[in-house]
Amino acid sequence: MPDMQQDSIGFAGPDSLGHFGPYGGTFVGETLIAAVEELSRVYEEVSKDPEFWAEYDHDLKYYVGRPSPLYLAERLTAEAGGAKIYLKREDLNHTGAHKVNNTIGQALLAKRMGKTRIIAETGAGQHGVASATVAARLGLECFVYMGAEDIQRQAPNVYRMKLLGATVVSVDSGSRTLKDAMNEALRDWATNVDSTYYIIGTVAGPHPYPQIVRDFQCIIGRETREQSLAQLGQLPDALVACVGGGSNAIGMFHPFLNDSSVAMYGVEAGGDGVETGRHAAPLSAGVPGVLHGNRTYLMTDSGGQIMETHSVSAGLDYPGVGPEHAWLKDLKRVNYVNATDTEAMKAFHQLTRLEGIIPALESAHAVAYAMRLAATMAPEQSVVINLSGRGDKDIQTVAKLEGLTL
Amino acid sequence: MSRISEVSAVAAQQGRKLLIPYLVAGDPDLPTTLKLLHKLVADGADMIELGVPFSDPSSDGPVIQRGVERAIAGGTNLAKVLDLVAEFRLQNDSTPIVLMGYLNPVEIMGYEAFASRASDAGVDGVLIVDMPPSESSVLTPLLKGKHIDTIFLVAPTTTESRCAQIVANCSGYLYYVSLKGVTGAALLDTESVRLSIEKLRTMTDLPIVIGFGIKDAASARAMGALSEGVIIGSALVERIEKLPSDDTASAQQLAQVTEVIKTAREALDTL
Repeated sequence: MPDMQQDSIGFAGPDSLGHFGPYGGTFVGETLIAAVEELSRVYEEVSKDPEFWAEYDHDLKYYVGRPSPLYLAERLTAEAGGAKIYLKREDLNHTGAHKVNNTIGQALLAKRMGKTRIIAETGAGQHGVASATVAARLGLECFVYMGAEDIQRQAPNVYRMKLLGATVVSVDSGSRTLKDAMNEALRDWATNVDSTYYIIGTVAGPHPYPQIVRDFQCIIGRETREQSLAQLGQLPDALVACVGGGSNAIGMFHPFLNDSSVAMYGVEAGGDGVETGRHAAPLSAGVPGVLHGNRTYLMTDSGGQIMETHSVSAGLDYPGVGPEHAWLKDLKRVNYVNATDTEAMKAFHQLTRLEGIIPALESAHAVAYAMRLAATMAPEQSVVINLSGRGDKDIQTVAKLEGLTL
Repeated sequence: MSRISEVSAVAAQQGRKLLIPYLVAGDPDLPTTLKLLHKLVADGADMIELGVPFSDPSSDGPVIQRGVERAIAGGTNLAKVLDLVAEFRLQNDSTPIVLMGYLNPVEIMGYEAFASRASDAGVDGVLIVDMPPSESSVLTPLLKGKHIDTIFLVAPTTTESRCAQIVANCSGYLYYVSLKGVTGAALLDTESVRLSIEKLRTMTDLPIVIGFGIKDAASARAMGALSEGVIIGSALVERIEKLPSDDTASAQQLAQVTEVIKTAREALDTL
């Protein structure tokens, strides 16, 4: 493993080979190396091109509807009984989640590279919808890989993607969830590498994806920073975000990494409870290994097989996590904690009833932990929750858990 | 000299093309794999690539994916594959065995433990599909210290400057991937393969063998004519799929499986 380079680069990873300390890197088959190297070259150019970023900002403002508000949740604050709780309303974005911040940016990259076909993997369907949306807007062909199990539990999003003109490909291998969808997307990419741009939906995958996706999601943290200074007159005391692959969390955290007064909490899916083994919390209970192109914390058995994960939320049901989170865990800059299915469900109902905001089940994990955290803090302190998505897609899952059929 | 280099040198001297079957260890079960290994040697294999099952084989097509799933369902893991190689070595001390798989099982076992256990078992080469040379600077020297070759792939998409980096890190043989895609895909473009191999020849003296998409005597012969040898994987695993599990396959059933290797041998020997 490469040496930790914390001193020389601070939190400004990755290095030129895509390493965040010992994590990240480029662990893919030879057929894909040329493609990821081309993407690195193009992104390197683009990241210095003001015109590219002007187009990105324009799309975020007029198409996505940014900036998203920073909202003081007064009744939720009263219920928790401690620090003021603010919500960063990524649920109000076009398509209903933070995922579109990334797909807008990557679609612009695809266009620059002259690619005519887009592929994506999706778990909850939010990234698939966000990919199908930008593909429709740019007139690109779009294939979305989705685990057969997730297709069952996220039917409304599947139909949404189809309406947008995307082909949803059911993945029946392995555990039939997000990780298997990603394997299948990698296979497609290796086969159609000349025509195809792969929009990875989270801060995982081979270099340069963890960096690209983070950079496109950092709009969340940059806005939160400005809005906090304007509305609170200071930076928040704590940030809370859910972590599956970790894109909404890194987007929120990254612009604050050098603000040592700001505590950060990444909330993994505790499933039935981390102690039961039925969860999706690699940072809480995993070990470093290599999957999907990067080295990171994984849920793996003693023989090196990736374990099946469990979470009530399809978007967090992933056995790995972005390599930058692995690094931030080791550096102890971010606290990685978890919330169980039960806690997330309770928070889902609390936010819905107290604030009239139905959160995605993913985001409900962050709400659950933030309420616990706020209760331990003083009323003059503040906590910002990244409310990464809205919960319309989850109402069937919730109804089913409560024994109802819609 | 490693077993791989020895076997390649003798083959070169005799004008014999290398025939390298690939199969998944533990598919359908470990005792059957052991029998298949010996049978493949008897039917003309010069070396064997033994697949180490991994839950997320993202470079493999559906046939090998299913083989891997069968092996994992039977509980096969890296440690058991190493035991299998040791058992094979009790009866065969000459046929090189190359472990082919993904990095995570090796990461979890630990690089040093893997290198020494692989050496003890009698492994000759290691090919890790998702470990490019740039990420191999720790493992390759450890393997080299145990006289185990690290084999890398060259793909149709590999640039010339990368080819130089790959051949500098590779030992044993160089694995040329004949097509863009995953294992078991169908289309072979002989002319573009020929041109790529010609270019590689100017960069290395390593034997070059071709894999991905070789499924019968005709394709083996076509690709064998351009290289030092061929790898046959999916076509073999497809036949293994028809075998019964629990070590109940008859000698006749095993012979039906290795028939594809036998006919490829005959085709290569006409070159």
